[in-house]
Amino acid sequence: MTAPVLETRKLCKRFGGLTVAADIDFRLSPGDRHALIGPNGAGKTTFVNMLTGRLAPSSGQVLLAGEDVTRVPPEARVKRGLGRTFQINTLFRELSVLDNVALGVAERRGIAGRLWRAASAYREVRDEAMALLASLGLEADAGYRVIDLPYGKQRLVEISIALGLEPKVLLLDEPAAGVPKMESERILEVLDALPRDIAILIIEHDMDLVFRFAKRITVLVQGEVLCEGTPQEIGSDRRVAEVYLGESHQHG
Amino acid sequence: MDAFFSSLVSIAFHGLAYGMILYAISVGLSITMGLMGFVNLAHGVFAMAGGYVMYTLMGDLGMAWLPALALACVAVAAGSIVLERLLYSRLYTAGELEQVLFTIGLIFVAVAVARIFYGNNPLAAPLPDLLKGQTELAGRSFPTYRVMVILASAALIVVLWLGLERTRWGAMVRAAVDNRAMAQSVGIDTGKLFTLTFALGSGLAALGGALGADLMAMTPTYPFEQLVYFLIVVSLGGLGTLRGPFLGALLIGIGDTACKYWVPEFGAFFIYAATMLVLLWRPQGLLGRAA
Amino acid sequence: MIAKGAAADIGYASSARLKPVELLPWVVALAVYFLAPTYLPLGAYILIICLFVLSLDLILGYGGIVTLGHSAYFGFGAYVAGVFAMRVSGDPLIGLAVAAAGAGLLGLATGAVILRTHGLALLMLTLAITSIVLEVANKWTSVTGGADGLHSVPIEPVLGLFRFDMFGKTAFLYCLVVVIACWWLVRTIVHSPFGVALAGTRENDVRMAAIGAPVYRRRLTAYTISCALAGVAGGLLTQTTQFVGLSVLGFELSGEVMVMLVLGGVRRIYGAFVGPLVYITAEDWLAKQFPEYWYLGIGLLLVVIVMFARGGILGILDKLVARVRGGRA
Repeated sequence: MTAPVLETRKLCKRFGGLTVAADIDFRLSPGDRHALIGPNGAGKTTFVNMLTGRLAPSSGQVLLAGEDVTRVPPEARVKRGLGRTFQINTLFRELSVLDNVALGVAERRGIAGRLWRAASAYREVRDEAMALLASLGLEADAGYRVIDLPYGKQRLVEISIALGLEPKVLLLDEPAAGVPKMESERILEVLDALPRDIAILIIEHDMDLVFRFAKRITVLVQGEVLCEGTPQEIGSDRRVAEVYLGESHQHG
Repeated sequence: MDAFFSSLVSIAFHGLAYGMILYAISVGLSITMGLMGFVNLAHGVFAMAGGYVMYTLMGDLGMAWLPALALACVAVAAGSIVLERLLYSRLYTAGELEQVLFTIGLIFVAVAVARIFYGNNPLAAPLPDLLKGQTELAGRSFPTYRVMVILASAALIVVLWLGLERTRWGAMVRAAVDNRAMAQSVGIDTGKLFTLTFALGSGLAALGGALGADLMAMTPTYPFEQLVYFLIVVSLGGLGTLRGPFLGALLIGIGDTACKYWVPEFGAFFIYAATMLVLLWRPQGLLGRAA
Repeated sequence: MIAKGAAADIGYASSARLKPVELLPWVVALAVYFLAPTYLPLGAYILIICLFVLSLDLILGYGGIVTLGHSAYFGFGAYVAGVFAMRVSGDPLIGLAVAAAGAGLLGLATGAVILRTHGLALLMLTLAITSIVLEVANKWTSVTGGADGLHSVPIEPVLGLFRFDMFGKTAFLYCLVVVIACWWLVRTIVHSPFGVALAGTRENDVRMAAIGAPVYRRRLTAYTISCALAGVAGGLLTQTTQFVGLSVLGFELSGEVMVMLVLGGVRRIYGAFVGPLVYITAEDWLAKQFPEYWYLGIGLLLVVIVMFARGGILGILDKLVARVRGGRA
């Protein structure tokens, strides 16, 4: 049994009288392909924000590679190997695609704060960023401003930035959200080809993507874990179907 | 001891009058900033316009004090509608820098126009005989004019608060301040709402500027000099409410008067320092909502 | 579509090698020195303001921090240089270093505090800072001379060799050398990894934090450097005019330099040279006759720029060049 690379123990969040997360126990091991699903308002975003450190939990622990990071700020968690993408493209809009990725690479390599040499003198950063873009099929777009790209390609840049951090854990927040059907296939290919040793947690509403991609699924309802299991188990669980009233997909 | 108490009363009174003027001018700024998210540094221009227009109406056109005051406010409000429709409304979605630059440009234009038409010396509309002199209250005498300012402002405040709480316009403003996108999706015509509220805020600023001419001298550089105070009142109190700038205006009005009286060699230093401390502790202002 | 103009000039893929056209400002400056010696005092003043505006561009254009209070650091540097010359030593280079250090420290102290906020609160705090500095300069008469300012500030020859002559030749060259050095510093920073990261902070500080960058620390560094540079400009002004007064402070001055920056073009380094050159020269010609109409024109120009020409003069030039190139293709 491999040690979990990301773990939460009895994670809770209360806003006044409102409980948005209750006793969430969660484990992610290296190489996992895990999906987090649940109806709107289930608390998925809150959970993710507690994982990344943007939100402090009311009680409970978050552990990264076995170490308690509950009090550790977001920037430090990134340095320890936690990467994320955002549900809405959160990119360096006016900068080129290459610079978008290079910024993350430079941070990881610890040279991003250097004042004296020109950035272009750090060829290793540029080469690594280009290689990463190439692995996602974006090398031809490297010189373009990222906001001039079609939305689907921007989503891919969003993923590239996170990959440039060489994360041990990758949190993908609705990676196909807002992408037209024509372009989302490309994103699915990219997700399939992600490095095997990274643990990936994907938050999604798109059930096609979830059942294609995930080996295990956690269902979150009103801040609590309803159930967890393989796609077959979740697909045939009547409670899950009830929760998604009106959901026309039948899987399993 | 008696002298100390006497000076306290004096500071409270003059501070209150000053605070009321600041409130009348700044409340419009608070509402429009909370409503439209627009940093209108040129708000002082409307206050200045109120003072100068009233001066012209009384001087060149020989109008009486009260009609001149009313007409000045209406005229400035009308002018602000033109500005809002033509220029301001194009920048509601623009970045902070653009809004700052635009309003600074407006200030430059207004200052230049004021200099051209009115020269550099401070001007004030002449007071009607009724408001000159002193009034006896509780054994002390106070300038009648400032008593009127306090009473009129109090009445204005009551009208405003009732208006915001009881009327449909008020409900729409409160909804839109709370959540602009949501307000639009329930069918509130935010464009018209902005224009109307902007005009109201500018008219109130004109009122404050005209009434306050003896407290805040009417010179062409008025928008530059007084801007700090308006912004302090608004950011200290909190955006988008009526109560926020009221608290801010009272604190600044009384605080500034007290400082100028007791520690004049420090000038407004303590006001600025206090503002900095409050904003660092609560960036959303004393009565504002946390972002 | 290709990232060009301002966006492409920095970054991990663009060469930081000096292009010949970048030397144009210095060629023009030297031309003025040799060909138009009567304009040297004005020229020195323009160079000083260019440095001031450049420091503003670093924090506003590249850092994305909208501040109305940059005159506080310019003025503080000017007063520090003046008081230092009157009370300690008239050596200009040491005085300039002290002015830079003083303004930098003030920038560090105030920046540490105000950079924890954003939006209106930040804007307000910058205004409060510049108001406080102005108020202190106004009231602390024993040190600053109050409303009269400090006159006849004694300045010794530069390096003990070059006396400040009455034609302004030494002053001009002194300013030129200092401004070139500061320009080189800013250019280096902007092209460095720090500069790209600063651009990232400007474009999306949430994303920047999500890649593990210490956003607050980087912003504070940029702010401190920018304030120190503004202080150098202020110090130069005091040393070359031997006077410092309240006109080096205040919100109106902050507004004017913002106009100059926007006029030249934000975030282009050279906008900080074009803007003041055009503004001050035009002001020198026009404002003498019609000062109010000059002010009116500037206000209208600003409104027009915001509405129609956000990139300023250099932005318009860029578009023209692109059209010419596109026409040829």
